[in-house]
Amino acid sequence: MKDIYHALVEIMGERGVSNRPEEIWFYGRDPGVLSPHPPDYVVAPETTEQVQKVVQLANREKIPVVPMGNGMALTGLVIPLKGGIVMDMKRMNKILEVNEMARYVVVEGGTSQGTLKAHLRDHYPNLRHSLPDAPPTTTIAANVALHGQGCLTQQYGFNSDMVTGLEVVMPTGEICKIGSPSLGPYWFSKGPSLPDLSGLFLGWLGTTGIFTKVGLKLFPNKKIREIEIFVTDKAELVPEIIYKLTHLEMLEDLNAWFQPKPLMFKDNYHLNIYFTGDSEKEIEFKRTMIWDALQKFIDNKDGGFMNVQAMKPNLMESPQRGIAAFADVPRGGGFEYSGPITLIELYPRFAAKVVELAEKYDVIYSSAARVISGGHSMMFSISFAFNRADPAMMERVKKALDEATEFALKMGGIPWKPNHFEQKMTMARMDPNTLKLLLMIKQNLDPHGIMNPGNWEVN
Amino acid sequence: MEYARQIEHADIVHRCFRCGYCKFPEDYVDFNCPSYKAFGWDTFSPGGRMWLIRAWLNKELETSPHFSRILYSCVACGNCKDQCVYPRFKDYLLNVFEETKAQLVNEGRIPPEVRDYFKAVSVNGNPYKQPQEERGKWADGLGLKEFTNQEYLFYVGCVGSYDEVGQRMARSVGRLLSETGVSFGILGKEETADGHEVKVLGETGLFTALAEENIMEFKKKGIEKIITLDPHALNVFKKDYPRLGGKFEVFHYTEILAHLISNKHIPLSNYRAKVTYHDPCYLGRHNLIFEPPREVLKGLPGIEFVEMRRNGPSAFCCGGGGGNFFTDMVGPGENSPARVRIREALDTGAEIVAVACPQCAKMLDNAIKSEGLENRLEVLDLAEMVNRVRSIG
Repeated sequence: MKDIYHALVEIMGERGVSNRPEEIWFYGRDPGVLSPHPPDYVVAPETTEQVQKVVQLANREKIPVVPMGNGMALTGLVIPLKGGIVMDMKRMNKILEVNEMARYVVVEGGTSQGTLKAHLRDHYPNLRHSLPDAPPTTTIAANVALHGQGCLTQQYGFNSDMVTGLEVVMPTGEICKIGSPSLGPYWFSKGPSLPDLSGLFLGWLGTTGIFTKVGLKLFPNKKIREIEIFVTDKAELVPEIIYKLTHLEMLEDLNAWFQPKPLMFKDNYHLNIYFTGDSEKEIEFKRTMIWDALQKFIDNKDGGFMNVQAMKPNLMESPQRGIAAFADVPRGGGFEYSGPITLIELYPRFAAKVVELAEKYDVIYSSAARVISGGHSMMFSISFAFNRADPAMMERVKKALDEATEFALKMGGIPWKPNHFEQKMTMARMDPNTLKLLLMIKQNLDPHGIMNPGNWEVN
Repeated sequence: MEYARQIEHADIVHRCFRCGYCKFPEDYVDFNCPSYKAFGWDTFSPGGRMWLIRAWLNKELETSPHFSRILYSCVACGNCKDQCVYPRFKDYLLNVFEETKAQLVNEGRIPPEVRDYFKAVSVNGNPYKQPQEERGKWADGLGLKEFTNQEYLFYVGCVGSYDEVGQRMARSVGRLLSETGVSFGILGKEETADGHEVKVLGETGLFTALAEENIMEFKKKGIEKIITLDPHALNVFKKDYPRLGGKFEVFHYTEILAHLISNKHIPLSNYRAKVTYHDPCYLGRHNLIFEPPREVLKGLPGIEFVEMRRNGPSAFCCGGGGGNFFTDMVGPGENSPARVRIREALDTGAEIVAVACPQCAKMLDNAIKSEGLENRLEVLDLAEMVNRVRSIG
């Protein structure tokens, strides 16, 4: 393997490659509960050409390559299950183009969510992107590679639906442009009216190629952003409340959450209703419509709007720092969640399952469901915090999450950013011809199975 | 010999989630951890260090030159402490790094640059290996008095005493204080190192010896109030000397200047220039002294003051903190913090970068040369700025 190191140095330069114990140790794990596995090398490219050359080398030598953003999926998707090369993309962090009129941005494959947010605020205050709740160090490319969501998902769908073009280094080393950039200089469409080839890469968890450029839709950044929180103690009413709210077609974001601590939140279901406007008049109109939509529940004493003033500074943060802080609830620096995509009408059953699992495995829970695309589905997060210094607690969390995924699949849901165990559980339930197609595509794109191996694999 | 690996805050190290908020400033505009920015590996970020320290404490990792470099390239700027999302835990991040370095010192497994620094301070009393007799030479010709019973001690420190850029700063401040009637004295060749970098680099024994000696001397001379040239000295006098019995009223010279200017004790002319200001970490983030330097600049007629994109609590360190001014564990290159910072200053359109720390002054001065910007940017400390405005008249 010594020759491989030298070959990598030749491509990357000394500062772009490491096989030192410290980097090998660090890049062999993520903050979740899965066991680590060391890579043989870590590389940090600065150009598409470097990515291409490393992939060509890896393909020739049949060495695994695992692309990595900030490694915050928490489900082990950047753990190099079969060793090889971890490719840290974060040095490719330039914002290449903003087309203000067409409302899209083109970024390099390691550009962070935070950097884009700051860039838009500084230079294009009328525009915004669908910022996830993940920490700002997470990357745009990784987010769309796993069908991530963000603050505009309720309005516009998964963040991967917002992609407007890709540049991908294929497992065999070709650089391929997807969508309108394959025909000209503009990055306005990932597919239509061509066959949508982006589906060969989006959601594949880095198993079919490495994104070196991503085009992403931007949206109007309204002058005023507001929040109302509706609270009910009846989980069975949550789907109907969401239905009423999404009927308005006025909301920016809609999340339903519950947690046992602090005690003021216990046994209640909270719906964070975000809405925006360009004038106070517009805001007040929307607020009135929201209140009217839920008046029936208030009249029936099934719920009400809570005073949000004290919580507002935290709730209006984007991303919300408090979400990462959940990891420290057991004073242990960790949490992980299963986040199946499922039907909103199943909310009560999922909610009951969270509490059941937390009690069964004696772990601390939190749950937040994000409405997707006006109510066609939701991402229902089943989150458990753990103490990293307590292996037994980590094992209980792992078991609770496995059971949560089994439950989600049984309920007809789709695991989101599944770990390699959950992928196997998913493939075991998949229609055989669908599975055959999935594996056929993967084998054709990646004949030597070098891309993030261990993921979306039958054996 | 097998060393027991133990640090005081070992029980909290596992609580780092490595979420990465610590890499950014408040508004995420760019990476704000200098060593992460320079090296580009997660292992060189605060979260990376926390995870590696945990592995090292658990003996999953051996002490190695690379591990030492990762630790010693931390510039202790404190951005991570400010940005970490975990209350209370975050207050101890820098302690964990410092305690681990102290453990490496105990093991004798420190980088040669750090070893040489300790040796120079230990043998010569300063990192420049210069004779103690020359410590007061910076003041030659200024007519400054030795401290006897004046109101303040003006403490210059090693950089102000021996470094060419530092000496220039020390002379400017000394001259200004003297000519505006501030009652102060200096220690001259009797001054000794404050020990700040010694402590941050983990040599707790040497630090204690230096601090105790200073405290004893200060008390013997009846010193109660100190004006420091260097924010590093300010930091150690304020934060560490009290627990060794040295309680003094400590000011940075910019606080005194701000007071003098606001009370119109300095006659000023007019000097037209566009000026930006670089916040030293030990003045700003560590001691929350953000406004006085700005008040000085805003009080100078003709000066157009512009902020850099990252300023105040979000300022990007010059890379000289944590002893790196002397050991340079971050190293050169386009992404070296000082060069990044100078490019940021250039973006403001300013022609002068005002500074308030001799270490920042030197780091940024060198960066201007590396970037080939000598004809477009100039580094001046605030006292030099004030003197320039005075001299015009």
